[in-house]
Amino acid sequence: MSASDPIDRTRRNLIVATSIAGGAASVGAAVPFVVSMWPSERAKAAGAPVEVDISRMEPGDLKVVEWRGKPVWVVRRTKEMVDSLKAVAGKLTDPGSRASAQPDYAKNEQRARKPEFMVMEGVCTHLGCSPQMKTLAAKAEMGTDWIGGFYCPCHGSKFDYAGRVFKGAPAPLNLPVPPHVYVTDTTILIGDDKKGA
Amino acid sequence: MAGRLMALWDWFDSRMPSVAEEWRKHAAEYYAPKNFNFWYYFGSLAMFVLVIQIVTGIFLTMHYKPDASLAFGSVEYIMRDVWGGWIIRYIHSTGASAFFIVIYLHMFRGLLYGSYKRPRELVWIFGVLIYLTLMGEAFFGYLLPWGQMSYWGAQVIVNLFGTIPLIGPDLALWIRGDYVVGDATLNRFFALHVIAFPLVLLGLVAAHILALHDVGSNNPDGVEIKKHKDPKTGHPLDGIPFHPYYTVKDIVGAIVFLAIFCAILFFTPEMGGYFLEYNNFIPADPLKTPAHIAPVWYFTPYYTILRAVPPLFNSQFPGVLAMGIAVMVLFFLPWLDRSPVKSIRYRGTLYKSALGVFVVAFLVLGYLGTEPTTVWGQFEFDAFFLDTKEVATWVGRLGTVIYFLFFFLMPWYTARDKTKPEPDRVTM
Amino acid sequence: MRTILAALAFLPALALAAESGYRLDRSPHNPNDLVSLQAGARTFVNYCLNCHGAQFMRYNGLQEIGLTEAQIRDNLMFAADKVGETMRVSLPSRDAKEWFGVVPPDLSVIARSRSADWLYTYLRTFYRDSNTTHGWNNAVFPNAAMPHALWTLQGERAFEIIPHTDNTGHVSVENKWTQIAPGAQSTVQYDATVRDLVNFLVYVGEPAAQSRKHIGAVVLFVLSILFVLAYALKKAYWKDVH
Repeated sequence: MSASDPIDRTRRNLIVATSIAGGAASVGAAVPFVVSMWPSERAKAAGAPVEVDISRMEPGDLKVVEWRGKPVWVVRRTKEMVDSLKAVAGKLTDPGSRASAQPDYAKNEQRARKPEFMVMEGVCTHLGCSPQMKTLAAKAEMGTDWIGGFYCPCHGSKFDYAGRVFKGAPAPLNLPVPPHVYVTDTTILIGDDKKGA
Repeated sequence: MAGRLMALWDWFDSRMPSVAEEWRKHAAEYYAPKNFNFWYYFGSLAMFVLVIQIVTGIFLTMHYKPDASLAFGSVEYIMRDVWGGWIIRYIHSTGASAFFIVIYLHMFRGLLYGSYKRPRELVWIFGVLIYLTLMGEAFFGYLLPWGQMSYWGAQVIVNLFGTIPLIGPDLALWIRGDYVVGDATLNRFFALHVIAFPLVLLGLVAAHILALHDVGSNNPDGVEIKKHKDPKTGHPLDGIPFHPYYTVKDIVGAIVFLAIFCAILFFTPEMGGYFLEYNNFIPADPLKTPAHIAPVWYFTPYYTILRAVPPLFNSQFPGVLAMGIAVMVLFFLPWLDRSPVKSIRYRGTLYKSALGVFVVAFLVLGYLGTEPTTVWGQFEFDAFFLDTKEVATWVGRLGTVIYFLFFFLMPWYTARDKTKPEPDRVTM
Repeated sequence: MRTILAALAFLPALALAAESGYRLDRSPHNPNDLVSLQAGARTFVNYCLNCHGAQFMRYNGLQEIGLTEAQIRDNLMFAADKVGETMRVSLPSRDAKEWFGVVPPDLSVIARSRSADWLYTYLRTFYRDSNTTHGWNNAVFPNAAMPHALWTLQGERAFEIIPHTDNTGHVSVENKWTQIAPGAQSTVQYDATVRDLVNFLVYVGEPAAQSRKHIGAVVLFVLSILFVLAYALKKAYWKDVH
């Protein structure tokens, strides 16, 4: 193509301009498609926060609710259960909960807003089975130095009453604590912590 | 950076030279006539719409549920709960109608310029096969929203197959997978619409373009540009490489198309009930037939032909047969046309009048198919041979006769027509 | 050819025809009037949601018409617990079938299948009829299974079709409406209530309608720029072709 300089430059400029404009328009056109794959309103509604009524829970009770398809535990801990947290600290992989997932208000020793109630996801951090609560009474099957907590039947991981994982377990992390807030003294909202305290 | 890109390309090209070869053969060195006009946009536009439908179809399939109890709701889910879902849905629904508008104009180009004539008969045949496949694709797709029109339109069309003598009822049962259109039908139409027919379409489009490129494109003058080649280069004197000339021109065409397409999509996606029918916003009810069933607008010419033929020998089959022949006759066009010239520019008054009347008849047939047969009222007078006094039915019959005569008389009037001599070289 | 064209001119009239031939009024709703939409939402929840659902509309979607989550929860949620739920009807369909003979249709897309004009006219043309099971009939939808859900607002009316023949023998028909008992609202107020309700139903039919038009304007503008560039590019190349 033996064209003189001015024509070549016009052509090249137009190619560049049209390509840039066309590229930008194509990105804009792609937006609805990419965006359509984010969770839909239905998925978000299904994953909406869940209210739990704790007024009728006795000390030592475990309540299980479903949030975002996962079991979430609310444990009303007895004084002995709360005291045991300090005693087992040496046997834990991550006693300070440095690596695990919990909101800032659960980064204290009891991993809870109020020490009496423990809110955590009942999903073992190894491969996702749901552990069972084993109290002091289960010493026979759990071993003589068992002072209470949770045991995962799939591969034997053990967690304390704050969901912290014991050393020697295949599970790497403490149980996650979901965002939650006390909407009243007898109601916990699990899945949201933007309201109130 | 440019050096590295070149090196990467060389690595690739030395291992798969066919990519560059095919690019040269079909684009950079495919010499197309330089006098393509407005009518020549619709081939590339058809491919564009095919891509649009496939891409939007994929994203719709991520959310749609092909179950009779969930389908209607899943479409509304896409329209409301899926972010950007309503855009994707409207693109797909507008695209379906756009596909047929583009295809009808594309076929009309063939009629104008004799693009189906020797040596391009095979290109035309693949094209008619694409048209048939597209009609099937649209038919299967239309059931998926599971609205009243979806359901009853499918019921009527499958029952048409049921009128075929001997095998009809079993054939209809086999197509439906049940005694009436139901969940089984919906699921299989979904499979056909999403996978089977798109694959067939892609294969046929490839064959259509390969067959075209093997013989070279026609042009508005109907002149064979390969007759006069440049002695030095071997390229047709009246030819220009498809890339960059027609790639750059087709981009303009695509943008104009998109402007019209987006104007419809964003401002009137229902298009007065022709692109998204009002009755289809009512969930399918097997117990309640809508007062007025009509197929989607792109099928209506054939629907009128079907309705124009009265029941004969206690069977609806003659009407079905007429409708089928109306489509199939297209295959024979290359052999029905006996004209020595290709393009309408050099044909005589006989062909021009015939084509003009055919176009009007096709449009009228199309309009009538959207309306009940009572739309133009009744004739005032009585006559013993009138099985019906409906004006619309008789106009439909007239249109049907014109439609068939256009093809069946073609060998006669194209041979007799006083044609003008075709030029040697193209005219711009 | 001319007759065909003349006949084609009748097309628009067909669009407005109702089943019984009752002429539909144009619905005066304004999709941009948020106050009207909110009033319509209130009417819908109070008068319609008892029997009809809008199962594809989420309560929290109403934030788009200017309501806060708190307003939705406090004023509009009788039939659901969480604001992310859909406006499902609490009436079991089996009971509905027994009481009305037919399950009241879901109203999510009723404005798209019937049209706003139809709804606006329908909701204003109920009349007393002792021949029906529930004592009501409708001029736009004869023998509708639906009673006049808004009768406390419109009051009770009677409807007569009176044929007139003038001295040329031409028969015309008069639609005569008479107010038998007043409702809580005047005619003007009731028409506004229905207008707002229809506005809301149109919104529920396609919540994305307004953003659709706004995005469309932007898209067409972008395409016009692309067209100018692409056309200039085409001309730059085709200069060489003669």
